[in-house]
Amino acid sequence: MNEDLINKVLARDPAEDPHQDISEFGADRRRFIKQISALGAALIAFHNLPTLSVFARELGSSATTSAGGVGLADAVNVRFTVNGSSQSLSLDARTTLLDTLREHLDLTGSKKGCDHGQCGACTVLVEGRRVLSCLTLAATLDGASVTTIEGLAHGEGLHPMQAAFVKHDGFQCGYCTPGQICSAVGMLDEAKRGDASYVTADLRTKPAAVALSNDEIRERMSGNICRCGAYPNIVDAIREVHTGKNVSQTWQFANGTREVGE
Amino acid sequence: MRPFHYTRATDQPAAISAASAAGSKYLAGGTNLVDLMKEDVERPSTLVDITRLTLKDIHPTTNGVSIGALAHNTETANHPLIRQNYPLLTQAILAGATAQLRNMATNGGNLNQRTRCPYFYEVGMPCNKRDPGSGCGAIGGINRMHAIFGWSDKCIAVHPSDMCVALAVLDAQVKVAGPQGERTIAFTDYHRLPGDTPEKDNNLAPGELVTSIEIPKNNFAANSYYLKVRDRSSYAFALVSVAAALEMNGKRIKQARIAMGGVAHKPWRALEAEKVLIGKDATEANFRAAADAEMANAKPHDYNKFKVELGRRAIVRALSRAANGGAA
Repeated sequence: MNEDLINKVLARDPAEDPHQDISEFGADRRRFIKQISALGAALIAFHNLPTLSVFARELGSSATTSAGGVGLADAVNVRFTVNGSSQSLSLDARTTLLDTLREHLDLTGSKKGCDHGQCGACTVLVEGRRVLSCLTLAATLDGASVTTIEGLAHGEGLHPMQAAFVKHDGFQCGYCTPGQICSAVGMLDEAKRGDASYVTADLRTKPAAVALSNDEIRERMSGNICRCGAYPNIVDAIREVHTGKNVSQTWQFANGTREVGE
Repeated sequence: MRPFHYTRATDQPAAISAASAAGSKYLAGGTNLVDLMKEDVERPSTLVDITRLTLKDIHPTTNGVSIGALAHNTETANHPLIRQNYPLLTQAILAGATAQLRNMATNGGNLNQRTRCPYFYEVGMPCNKRDPGSGCGAIGGINRMHAIFGWSDKCIAVHPSDMCVALAVLDAQVKVAGPQGERTIAFTDYHRLPGDTPEKDNNLAPGELVTSIEIPKNNFAANSYYLKVRDRSSYAFALVSVAAALEMNGKRIKQARIAMGGVAHKPWRALEAEKVLIGKDATEANFRAAADAEMANAKPHDYNKFKVELGRRAIVRALSRAANGGAA
């Protein structure tokens, strides 16, 4: 079908051009652009054939039932747990965890920022550890347990880190927020087990737990970029959850109140 | 990304056998390889997933410590044995990447990560490392991040690792297994200079798998420091980094080990600087003389001349902090 499209474009009679009443230069230019566009679309579709065929197969099989034995070239069967629910998928081997979550499981909370491991927007927890879902091939996760931003809350009850981000206005556009929150949750577990960072003064003695300064929080969260620059509020939110003590807000509504959700 | 065949290795012989086929590559943490595949720089026909192999152990040996090739960077940096005895390694690992990446990245993968030279990454540009014979875009191009030591007229890329700079100082050994059996490679012989074959980053033979890194005992733990100078204070590759380790006898330097990152195709062991320091007092003047001896051999390019003076000062500061027990 794609080859047919390419052949049609290449074989088209210039006399068929509906813009032939326009000056020759304009007509040629428009025809050229049209042909190139159609050819480009055909080539892109052709290039993505394996991906498209997998998507097509996926549509025909429920995401919650095993699609084993589909017979796709380069397909892999993956069984893993996402937010407590077990999933069994047959995926193109190239599928990242991020694309699996967003395109196959309708969990669009994890965001695709750079797709190259540089921004942190796709951060999720695998076996409780924060990782980048955009650089994780789903095929490697057979048997693993994944927690995304959708899995942190208990029903309508926000996870303490989510509530703290709301209280401290730890975002503006919100695009980096799911990654920031998952990263912060994983980060506090690392601190609880005494892990060090590059700004930790004493590396030789491993403590039972680390009390985090603002500098420690900043260094440990450096893998999550916020282009709106909500960093001071993000640090406040994390500090509140980390210490368990109230940290006062630095903002208020125009009417002078600070309570959220009243 | 181009299609590839995925296979999960259940044991080491199966992994080596699968990875010995042309076009096959090992997949561990994937933090660099998956990215390079997205960029169309790496085009493996088969990925051999080795994450289920039992090469994750970190344990004491009669002569030091053994760290498994598949132990994650995070576990390695935070292992009590490493923190207590090799804080330089902890510091270097924690200077690299981000927590998420260190949670994914393995020790073997850290050794085998590829340069972040933008000409290597951009498939529209010539690059002898990516496409041998196509030329080098960085020579005569924007070469601010590039090598000042050991480069060739084929390639001026630098090795991006921080961890490896510390391992070069710690006289580590790399254990590998391959189709021809097992062997051990001295860490400073593991990576190579570009010469006429910059497509080869290291001296691994096809199909060879890093199984562990062995670090001998030393007396550097009290006086070591990893200094990383970069464009922002976190999550950036080094412009220049220095791993410095001293064994002190009072104020006298008994042994000195120095290596630099961000300056060469491999972790650059600063042997000229080390020679100057043996038997000398730990003074700023002696540190400066050591730095001058090393940097005298630097050959910068149009955009990275600053690395010579930066490298000199970084050596002095790293040695000062090492002599001072890591404190400023």
